[in-house]
Amino acid sequence: MNNLLSIVTFLPAVAALILALFLRGDDADAQRNARWVALAATTLTFALSLFILAGFDPANTGFQFVEEHDWILGLKYKMGVDGISVLFVLLTTFLMPLTIGACWSVETRVKEYMIAFLVLETLMLGVFCALDLILFYLFFEGGLIPMFLIIGIWGGKDRIYAAFKFFLYTFLGSVLMLVAMVAMALNAGTTDIPTLLHHQFASEPFNLLGFHVLGGMQTLLWLAFFASFAVKMPMWPVHTWLPDAHVQAPTAGSVILAAILLKMGGYGFLRFSLPMFPVASDILAPLVFWMSAIAIVYTSLVALVQEDMKKLIAYSSVAHMGYVTAGIFAANQQGVDGAIFQMISHGFVSGALFLCVGVIYDRMHTRDIDAYGGLVNRMPVYALVFMLFTMANVGLPGTSGFVGEFLTLMGIFQANTWVAAVATSGVILSAGYALWLYRRVVFGDLIKESLKTIRDMTVRERAIFAPLVVMTILLGVYPSLVTDRIGPTVSALLSTYQTALLEQAPATQVAAEH
Amino acid sequence: MTVADLSVILPEIVLCCYAMVALLVAAYTGKDETAPLLVWTTTGIFFLTAIWIGLGPSGGTHVVQEGLFIDDGFARFAKVAILLSAAAVLLMGEGYMARRDLLRFEYPLLVTLAVVGMMVMVSAGNLMSLYMGLELQSLSLYVVAALRRDSVRSTEAGLKYFVLGALSSGLLLYGASLTYGFAGTTDFAGIVTVATEGHVPLGLLFGLVFLVSGLAFKVSAAPFHMWTPDVYEGSPTPVTAFFATAPKMAAMALFARLVHGAFGGVVGDWQQVLALLSVISMFLGSIAAIGQTNIKRLMAYSSITHMGYALMGLAAGTAFGVQAMLVYMAIYVTMNVGTFAFILSMGRDGQPVTDISSLNNYANREPMKALAMLVLLFSLAGVPPLVGFFGKYYVLRAAYDGGLAWLAVAGVIASVIGAFYYLRIVYYLYFGQEKEVLDHDTSPVLGVMLVVSAAAMVVGVVNLFGVDTMAAAAAAALVP
Repeated sequence: MNNLLSIVTFLPAVAALILALFLRGDDADAQRNARWVALAATTLTFALSLFILAGFDPANTGFQFVEEHDWILGLKYKMGVDGISVLFVLLTTFLMPLTIGACWSVETRVKEYMIAFLVLETLMLGVFCALDLILFYLFFEGGLIPMFLIIGIWGGKDRIYAAFKFFLYTFLGSVLMLVAMVAMALNAGTTDIPTLLHHQFASEPFNLLGFHVLGGMQTLLWLAFFASFAVKMPMWPVHTWLPDAHVQAPTAGSVILAAILLKMGGYGFLRFSLPMFPVASDILAPLVFWMSAIAIVYTSLVALVQEDMKKLIAYSSVAHMGYVTAGIFAANQQGVDGAIFQMISHGFVSGALFLCVGVIYDRMHTRDIDAYGGLVNRMPVYALVFMLFTMANVGLPGTSGFVGEFLTLMGIFQANTWVAAVATSGVILSAGYALWLYRRVVFGDLIKESLKTIRDMTVRERAIFAPLVVMTILLGVYPSLVTDRIGPTVSALLSTYQTALLEQAPATQVAAEH
Repeated sequence: MTVADLSVILPEIVLCCYAMVALLVAAYTGKDETAPLLVWTTTGIFFLTAIWIGLGPSGGTHVVQEGLFIDDGFARFAKVAILLSAAAVLLMGEGYMARRDLLRFEYPLLVTLAVVGMMVMVSAGNLMSLYMGLELQSLSLYVVAALRRDSVRSTEAGLKYFVLGALSSGLLLYGASLTYGFAGTTDFAGIVTVATEGHVPLGLLFGLVFLVSGLAFKVSAAPFHMWTPDVYEGSPTPVTAFFATAPKMAAMALFARLVHGAFGGVVGDWQQVLALLSVISMFLGSIAAIGQTNIKRLMAYSSITHMGYALMGLAAGTAFGVQAMLVYMAIYVTMNVGTFAFILSMGRDGQPVTDISSLNNYANREPMKALAMLVLLFSLAGVPPLVGFFGKYYVLRAAYDGGLAWLAVAGVIASVIGAFYYLRIVYYLYFGQEKEVLDHDTSPVLGVMLVVSAAAMVVGVVNLFGVDTMAAAAAAALVP
C-alpha cells in the first residue's frame, strides 16, 4: 500500500463524517453508538499505524511512505515520515483510543464531542506526516478549531476565557510563520520540505530599520517560526495560555493538549528551525538555552504553590518542555535524541497524569488539592498508578522520564555547562512539587467526610491506564526501542546541520567584516 | 458600429431588453403579483447568461465601440461571478421579501439594471463607459436600499447611500476630468501611453488619486467606508446580501481595470496609495467589528476588512496580484452568500432578528445549520484548512512577491484581531446560554445555499474548483 499514510491520517475524519451525517438523535442509544464508532475508528487507525512502524526502515534517513500529488498553485499534497516523525504518528494513534475511552462518561452532546476528537486526530496526524510547507500549516492551524470547541463547549467554569485565549494566542504566533513560509516559498521556489531541508537560505547580515541583523534572512525566518513553535510548546514567557487551557479543558482535552499538541512545537523546531536555518539556530541557541533554563526553574517553582491539580501538572509540563527545547538546540546526538525521547515519554506520562486527575475529578467534581487526602485507604490501585506516573514525572530511573531528562541534560552539558547546571536543579524541584502533590492527595488519614465513600478505579479506567503503565516502564528499561528508530535520522540531520554551519559561517564572517 | 460589435455586447443588450419588457409586462398586468415570477425568471436569466458568458465561444479579447467596451478573459471572469452571486442572492431573498410584503416587481428589475451596470463597469475601456456603468449600477442600488418605504431606517439608508455615493461620483468625475485634461484622452489605452512616456504630469497623478478615492468609496475601503455600516443595517436583509456580494466584485474588478488598464505603466505611483487603503481597511474593519451587536453591521465591517485584503492583492501591482484578488473575491462572495442565507433565516415570531446575542446556543436546536455557519465563520476568519485561508494565502503571497512584505505582516496581524469577532459569533452559537428561541426556518432555498456554501469551503480545499486557474487566465488577459 503506497498511500498508507493518507489512509491512517484521514480515517478518523471519515469516521467523523459518518457520525455527522448518519447518526441521528441524542438519546442513550445514539450516544452509545457515537462512542463505539469513535473507539472503533481510533483503534483501527492505531492498528493500521502499526503497519507504518513495521514497514519503517530505521537505517534509511530519508522520507518513507512518500505520496505525492499536485495541488493548487504549485503546492503539493505530499506526505511521508522519517525517523523524527514516525514515532509521533504512533504516539498520536496510540493515545487516541485511550482518550476516547477516557471521555466515556461525558453526557452532553456526545456525538459532537466524538466528531471534534476524530477531526482533531486527523489534523494532528497530518502535522507529523505533511511534507509541504502549506500542507503542514493547514494541519497545524486547523487543530485550533476542534480544540477551541472542545474547551469552549465541554470545559469548566471559565471555559470561554480559556478558549479565546488559547485560540488567539496560538493564532497570533502562527500567522507570522505563515508570512515566513510565503517568503521561503518565493525565495526557494518550492514548498517541498525535503527540498527545503537542503536549501541554504541567505545568511548575510543586513540592516533592518536600523538594526544590524546577524544571520540575515535566516534569523528573520527563524524568529517567525520561533514565534509559532514557542507559543505552541509552550516556552516561558509565552506559556500563560497553557495553564488556563488545561484547567478549563475537559479531561480528554487536557490529555491531547499535553500529550500531542505541545509536541507539535518541538517537532516544528526539529523539522524546520534547526535544519533549515542552521546559522540562525547557531546564533540564537543561547537565547533558547536561557529561556529553557528559566522555564525549568521558574515554572517548577510556580508549580510548587498551585492549589489546583491540573494547573500544577500544566506548569510541570512547561518545565519538562524546557528540557526539550534546550536539548534540540544543543544540536548534538544526545541532546536531540533526548529531546525526542522526552517528548514521547512526556506524552505518556503527562497524559496519564491528567487522566489520574480525571479519575478523581469524575468522582468528586473538584480539582482542589485540599479537597483530597488519604485516598490510598480507599483507592489502592489508584494510588499505585498515580505513584508510578508521579515517579516518571520526577524522572526516576527505570521510568521513561529518566531517560529523556538524562539524555537532554547530557546534550546540554556539552553545549553550555551553566545552562545544564541550572536545568539540573529542575530535577530536584520537580521531585519537590510532584511528591508533595502525591503526599497531599494520596497519603495521610482519610478524614474528609466526602471521601469516605469514594470508589477505586473501574475496569474501564484500569484498561485505559494499563497500556500507559506498560509503555512508561518499557521505555524506561529499554530506551533503545525509541533511540534505535530515531538515531540514524537524527545523526544525518546533525551532520547536515554541521556541514551547513561550516559552509555558511565563513561567508557570514567575511560579510560582517566588510 | 458593426454586427460584430453588437455580438460582443449582446449579453448586456439581452439583459437590458429583458428588464424593459418585464417592466412593461409587470406594469400592465398584475404589478406586484408578478413579482415572485419575475424573481424566478430573472434568476434564471442571470444563470443562463453566466453560462453563456462562461462557456460561450467568445474567447480572446474584443475591443469594440472604439475602445469603450472591452470583452476579455478578465471581464468574463468578473461577469460570471457577478451574475452567479446576483442570481443566488435574488433567489435567497424571495421568501423573506414576500413574507414582509416587500416583494415589489421593481426589485428584480432594478437588480437586473444594476447588474447590467456592473457588467459595463468591468468591461469599461474608457473613463466615459466606466462612469456610465458605475452610475447605472449606483442609481439602481440607491433605490433598492430604500425599498422598504415605510421604514425610517431603510429610507435613511437609501438617502445616506445616495448622498455619499453622489459625493464619491463627484470625486471620481473630478479625477476623470483632470486625467482627461492632462492626458488629452479618456481612453485607457491612451492614458497609459501618456503615463509611460517619460515624465508623468503632476495633474495626471492628481487625477489618479481622485479616481482611486472615488472607487475606494464604491468598494467601501477605509477611510471611505463610513456609509457601509449604516446602509448595511438599514437596508432590507436581502438587499444587504446583494450589496455585500455582486457590487463589491464589480467595483474591485473595475479598480483592477483602472489601475492596470489606464495606469499600468506607473505601478509605483498608485501602489503606495492602495497599500495604505488596504492596511487601514484591514485594521479598521477588524477593530471596529469587535464592538458590534448587530450581525448586519458586523458583516459591514467584515466586508471592509475583506476589501482590505483584496486591495492587498491589487497593491502588489503584478499579474499574480490580480489573480490573487480575483480568487479572494470569488471566495469572499461565496462565503457571503452562505452567511447571508443564515442571517436571512434568523427570525422570531416572523420578525427578522439581527441581534447576535439572539443566537445563544443555537447549535442545540439546529446542529446542521450551526455547523455550516461555524465552517463559514472560520473560513471568513481565514483559519485553515478552510478555503477562506487560501484567499489570504494568495494575497499574502502576492504582496510579498510585490515587495510589500510589511503589508503582508500587517495583514496577518489584522487577521488575528479579526478572528476575535468571528469567534464571538461562534461563542454565541455554541457556548451561550439559551434565552429566547429563534424560529425554526423551513425555507429550503436558504438551507441549501447555506449548506452548499459551507460544503464548498471544505471540499474546495482539494482544488478550489479550478477557480485559481480561471483567475490566472483572467489576470493574464488584463496584465500582459
